[in-house]
Amino acid sequence: MPTKKNKSTLPRLRLGAGWSYAPAPESAASARINEQYELFINGKWQKPAKRAYIDSINPATEKKLYRAAVASEQDIDKAVVSARTAFDKYWKKMPANERGKYIFRIARLLQEQARELSVMETLDGGKPIRESRDFDVPMACNHFFYYAGWADKLEFAFPNRAPRPLGVAAQITPWNFPLLMAAWKIAPALATGNTVVLKPAETTSLSTLKLASIIEEADLPPGVVNIITGAGDTGAALVRHAGINKIAFTGSTAVGKLIQQQTAATTKKLTLELGGKAANIIFSDAPIDQAVEGVVNGIFFNQGHVCCAGSRLYVQESIAPLFIQKLKDRMATLLVGDPMDKNTDIGAINSAEQLEKINYYIRLGKKEGSLHYESAVALPKKGYFCRPTLFTKVAQSSRLAQEEIFGPVLAILTFRTEDEVIEKANNSPYGLSAGVWTDKGSRIFNMSRRLKAGVVWANSYNLFDPASPFGGYKESGYGREGGVHGLLPYVSF
Amino acid sequence: MKKSTQRLSVLKTYKLYIGGQFPRTESGRYVAALDANGNKIANLCLASRKDCREAIVAARGALGSWSQRAANNRGQILYRIAELVESRKEAFIAELQQQGLSRSAATRETNAAIDCLIYYAGWCDKYQAIFSTVNPVASSHYNFSVCEPMGVVTLLAPASPLLGLVSVLAPCVAGGNTAVVLANEKRSLSAISLAEVLHSSDVPGGVVNILTGSYAELLPWIVEHRDVNAVVYAEKDAAQLPSLRTKATGNLKRVLHWPLDDWQQAEVQSPYRILDLQEIKTTWHPIQQIAGSGASY
Repeated sequence: MPTKKNKSTLPRLRLGAGWSYAPAPESAASARINEQYELFINGKWQKPAKRAYIDSINPATEKKLYRAAVASEQDIDKAVVSARTAFDKYWKKMPANERGKYIFRIARLLQEQARELSVMETLDGGKPIRESRDFDVPMACNHFFYYAGWADKLEFAFPNRAPRPLGVAAQITPWNFPLLMAAWKIAPALATGNTVVLKPAETTSLSTLKLASIIEEADLPPGVVNIITGAGDTGAALVRHAGINKIAFTGSTAVGKLIQQQTAATTKKLTLELGGKAANIIFSDAPIDQAVEGVVNGIFFNQGHVCCAGSRLYVQESIAPLFIQKLKDRMATLLVGDPMDKNTDIGAINSAEQLEKINYYIRLGKKEGSLHYESAVALPKKGYFCRPTLFTKVAQSSRLAQEEIFGPVLAILTFRTEDEVIEKANNSPYGLSAGVWTDKGSRIFNMSRRLKAGVVWANSYNLFDPASPFGGYKESGYGREGGVHGLLPYVSF
Repeated sequence: MKKSTQRLSVLKTYKLYIGGQFPRTESGRYVAALDANGNKIANLCLASRKDCREAIVAARGALGSWSQRAANNRGQILYRIAELVESRKEAFIAELQQQGLSRSAATRETNAAIDCLIYYAGWCDKYQAIFSTVNPVASSHYNFSVCEPMGVVTLLAPASPLLGLVSVLAPCVAGGNTAVVLANEKRSLSAISLAEVLHSSDVPGGVVNILTGSYAELLPWIVEHRDVNAVVYAEKDAAQLPSLRTKATGNLKRVLHWPLDDWQQAEVQSPYRILDLQEIKTTWHPIQQIAGSGASY
């Protein structure tokens, strides 16, 4: 609740006084989760050479959900060899339209099993079922559907060039959008005629393993897609493997830089989709209530575990008090809790480690002298949860405004002029995305042109589409995923 | 010693080109440029780390107005460079000969460099239409992706002293980037002569900056500098690449390798070289969903 009385007597929502939402839980029964998962190599489920496994827990309950194999160098070698064989033996030779039909088939099977996938995604990663059901899974299906159609049309994407596949693509995905990131990686790689070895994050392998079984069901030639599980060591060994032609990595900027260094002496083509610290900019003429919704969506979507999260809010000084008040009021209505409940707005933080990192930044923000505010929502006793949080009086130089937190923590800064906010917004090593809220069309396009970011959302935020390229400037990485431009990282001329 | 009846020839002083000016290196150091027979042609500046920094600052300063200049105007300026090289063709040919090329090779090199400039002059206002897209997203948004220059680009000029240099420089600046060129260590003269042409061709100061000096000394500074966005390395020999890529990691510079030795080949010239130095920016803009949105008029 606000600490200071606002001059403009806004009508107040009074929550928590006498009423609450009835629980509306999604059934976990639709997900058939095995106790143990093996590696999907050469079209078969194979036990890891070292018989090592790693537990994955449900972050909302802290209970073990399943255990997944840990791939060692031996397993990785097997996967890369089978991807190479599949490339030479089947995938390279297959008529492009047939290749496309396999990808269409994956898209359809994903749609058919959408509910199970959503439930798995939520149980494994902690994101609200509403988001996995309405965003992650449908978007993943659409991504396969979109790129399937490109398979036999590639010469139209690159005028005056004959694109060729690279060979074996090694792909490493993060834990924030496991299935969607697997789709972003696999679909364009297959459409352009490459074969794949993909490693999901160790805390969230479930939906990707389910995707492997869907690929098995789709009857793709063995070895065209291989899914190996494991933690950082597995990923590092995959990156090092001499038999791969391409690395597509989504994750932290620190790891992305390591990969660039490790592959410096190789011909492996590299694309990186890394961190961000996006500026979400509110001008005084913006539709304020819409903008508040956009800011909430920008920073609290998926618990703020979003590389393009609008984590730096720039509000024009003249409306700052009103805007922040409205934002706090809206935050008071956000439900934090059981991710399987359809009412839940903010689910569980993905891991204990990530929760600790977020809490570290909250402590740091207070120490740096910024003003801390969090909603009063009650948190479940078990599981990893964090209240929606914001900081005001944040300095541009503060670490809260410079570093990626990857949690539901918003840093609020103010500005007076357009030049000032452009300079502040661009004053970041990152450049993944930005938001601009204003009623003036010409201002939107001026801002969009001058913001150094790969995606600019005007009067909107956190929108994605398979047809729309996504990727960063500067230390947010290079290469694009989605759209025509998303084909380029997987071809050579 | 000259005979008393002969006119004393005037030797040219080759200087650096930074921010639209021709300073000597701040370090006061020089190196002799030699012809094919090992005879001294001229003294060249041995640029220092500080010269690199000055050049990068100048390039960053020029980026805003150059990248936002009308594409058509950028095209006109590139064409103007070609015109002026053409008008000084004999001087460029003679200088190339001094650096060891035969008369016919020097002529071919100069002609191809002029044609290359004209080729990219024409692309300035066209590549955007080839590589941009309007994306049919499912939601009610107007969504489009355009090319934007990466920013400040370091060009490590290849051995082909004029054509090679122009072949990396033209696509870089045609795309709205600004450049810091490290002239080829072995044959640097043409690069400075080109700077003199650039200077009188309406190329704003700072858009192209040219340094002569030691690769071994300058490369670390020019590649590690945090305010450089991309590096183009254009030798076929990839030996330098691992170290370049490693040094570029600090701020995740894009490292482009254009592995060519014969710059006369047709495929050297391509709008894909412009694209190599572009970022793709996607903008989402809502479309109003009221008042007749469902009507079929």
